[in-house]
Amino acid sequence: MTFVTAGHRPRRWAHAGSGPLFLLPSALIIGVFVLYPIVQSLWMSLHDWSMFQISHPFIGLANYAELIHDRRFWNALLNTVIFTLATVPVQVIVGLVLAIALSRSTWWAVFLRSVYFFPVISSFATMAIVWRFLLSADVGPTASWLRALGVTPLDWLHSTIWALPAVILVGLWKNIGFTMVILLAALQDVPESLSEAAVLDGATRWQRFIHVTVLSIRHALLFTSVIAVIASLQVFDQVYVMTRGGPLFHTETLVTYMYEQGFTEYRSGYAAAIAWVLFILIVLVSIVQLRLFRYSDVD
Amino acid sequence: MSTERLPPYLLAEQTVLSRALAIIAGALVLLLAAFTVFPFVWMLLTSLRTQQEIFSNPGNLIPAAFNLDAYVKIWSELPFARLFVNSIVFAGGATLISLFFDSLAAYALSRLDFPGRTVAFYIVLATLMVPYQITLIPVFQTVFDFHWLNTYQGLIVPRATSAFGIFLLRQFFVTVPRDLDAAARLDGAGEFRIYWSIMLPLARPALATLAVFHFMYNWNDFLWPLVITSSTDMRTLPAGLTLFSGQFVVEHAVLMAGATISLAPLALAFFFAQRYFVQGIATTGIK
Repeated sequence: MTFVTAGHRPRRWAHAGSGPLFLLPSALIIGVFVLYPIVQSLWMSLHDWSMFQISHPFIGLANYAELIHDRRFWNALLNTVIFTLATVPVQVIVGLVLAIALSRSTWWAVFLRSVYFFPVISSFATMAIVWRFLLSADVGPTASWLRALGVTPLDWLHSTIWALPAVILVGLWKNIGFTMVILLAALQDVPESLSEAAVLDGATRWQRFIHVTVLSIRHALLFTSVIAVIASLQVFDQVYVMTRGGPLFHTETLVTYMYEQGFTEYRSGYAAAIAWVLFILIVLVSIVQLRLFRYSDVD
Repeated sequence: MSTERLPPYLLAEQTVLSRALAIIAGALVLLLAAFTVFPFVWMLLTSLRTQQEIFSNPGNLIPAAFNLDAYVKIWSELPFARLFVNSIVFAGGATLISLFFDSLAAYALSRLDFPGRTVAFYIVLATLMVPYQITLIPVFQTVFDFHWLNTYQGLIVPRATSAFGIFLLRQFFVTVPRDLDAAARLDGAGEFRIYWSIMLPLARPALATLAVFHFMYNWNDFLWPLVITSSTDMRTLPAGLTLFSGQFVVEHAVLMAGATISLAPLALAFFFAQRYFVQGIATTGIK
């Protein structure tokens, strides 16, 4: 292409020309639908931007100022943080336990790995319909079993106390298999000799677990927690399908609130501001995690 | 845990207590597995029951009679065929085009020398970390400005390449020995020829992994089709089923039949090619 300048490396001209051409389709799509929207999102958040209106007056940081006084936003942020804090440790610990328990190659371990992995490949929204049904007080089987036991069943998804835990439970059900698979892959790279050496040094089983297994796969553990945190901060599908953020905003999260503002109220500027808060939150968490990576490499 | 498989130095630890713990752990793993699989089993069994049966005895697992009515009704009670076709076109189209564009870009980033190549690669790495929810509002505006809402191109084009796919294939291409394409180049083959008839066939396992990943991701995606489509005619399965699940006219068994059918393609693929699913997921762990 034309911007290949001067005559150095003349023999490579032939393929120097086609490089940008090969890159063009992906570059266009990433440019228009990823890079530009990041900037555009920031730009929109500084305007009183309505989806279908022609003029979008500049209002500076007014959207962000409004967020600070928006109780619904703080509520959504709090729910998202609770969801994340409740989900990530359980997901990583249970994922680790399952990975260790099923790391053998016996037929039943292989079969159980598939069972645990199956929710990962299913559609979250579709399975959330099934879960809503399972937890329903009138036609759900769980309510019917509780009644059989003489317990008055709760309407979990319409309870201001239990709706969020129900949403958390379904999130765990869906994502534990993901953590398990990544940790299984990491466990395979732990050399057998390390564990044997520790046994010879008189290490107990628990010591071997902490000092050999966990330490050897610490990168994978940190990685799965980063992914779990990022995914939890973006929780949407099961909330939208199971509760629509209700009852009374008790399960509303940052992305469901952003969706509501952007696509129900058509307040694009305000929704973009929420998206940017989320973006900064994710970047901050990632930086903290990167620090952890670096520290763990020093020791 | 069978003792004969353990190396001798571990045998000493096989005390009664540790055996008891192993049995308890095993029981918990099985119990959790039952919990994991239960929604799928229940979905399938409920799709075979009648509406009356569901209401009169919701706690019953096994249907009184295996009733396939729901699988017949679904096509008339919902525009289910349309939803299914939309899902195929969207997930299939996005997968095929993305495989082509991803591999072209990966080839450029691994084999071709041009100014800005390193920068381009870093941009790909950086966008790998940007979740699409963040850019959703402006992307919707762009799709709207293009008059692409409620169209296949609106659904597919923004998904027609992925930083993840470019990265995955690039990592694969750099492992292919350069002698192969150097020889072809000496024989006068053009770059596209080398890409198409040497690199792509060699990359078949990586392409299969990526294809499974893209198809699964788009087939299951909910928020994206929910935002880009609003007419019933253009909804995909997850968004369409969710929409109909809120309406009382739809019978529960019919809804569960719809959920079962929409899960079937991935379940079948998973049954026959599980390792591509696992590889696709595990690779996200490597990046």
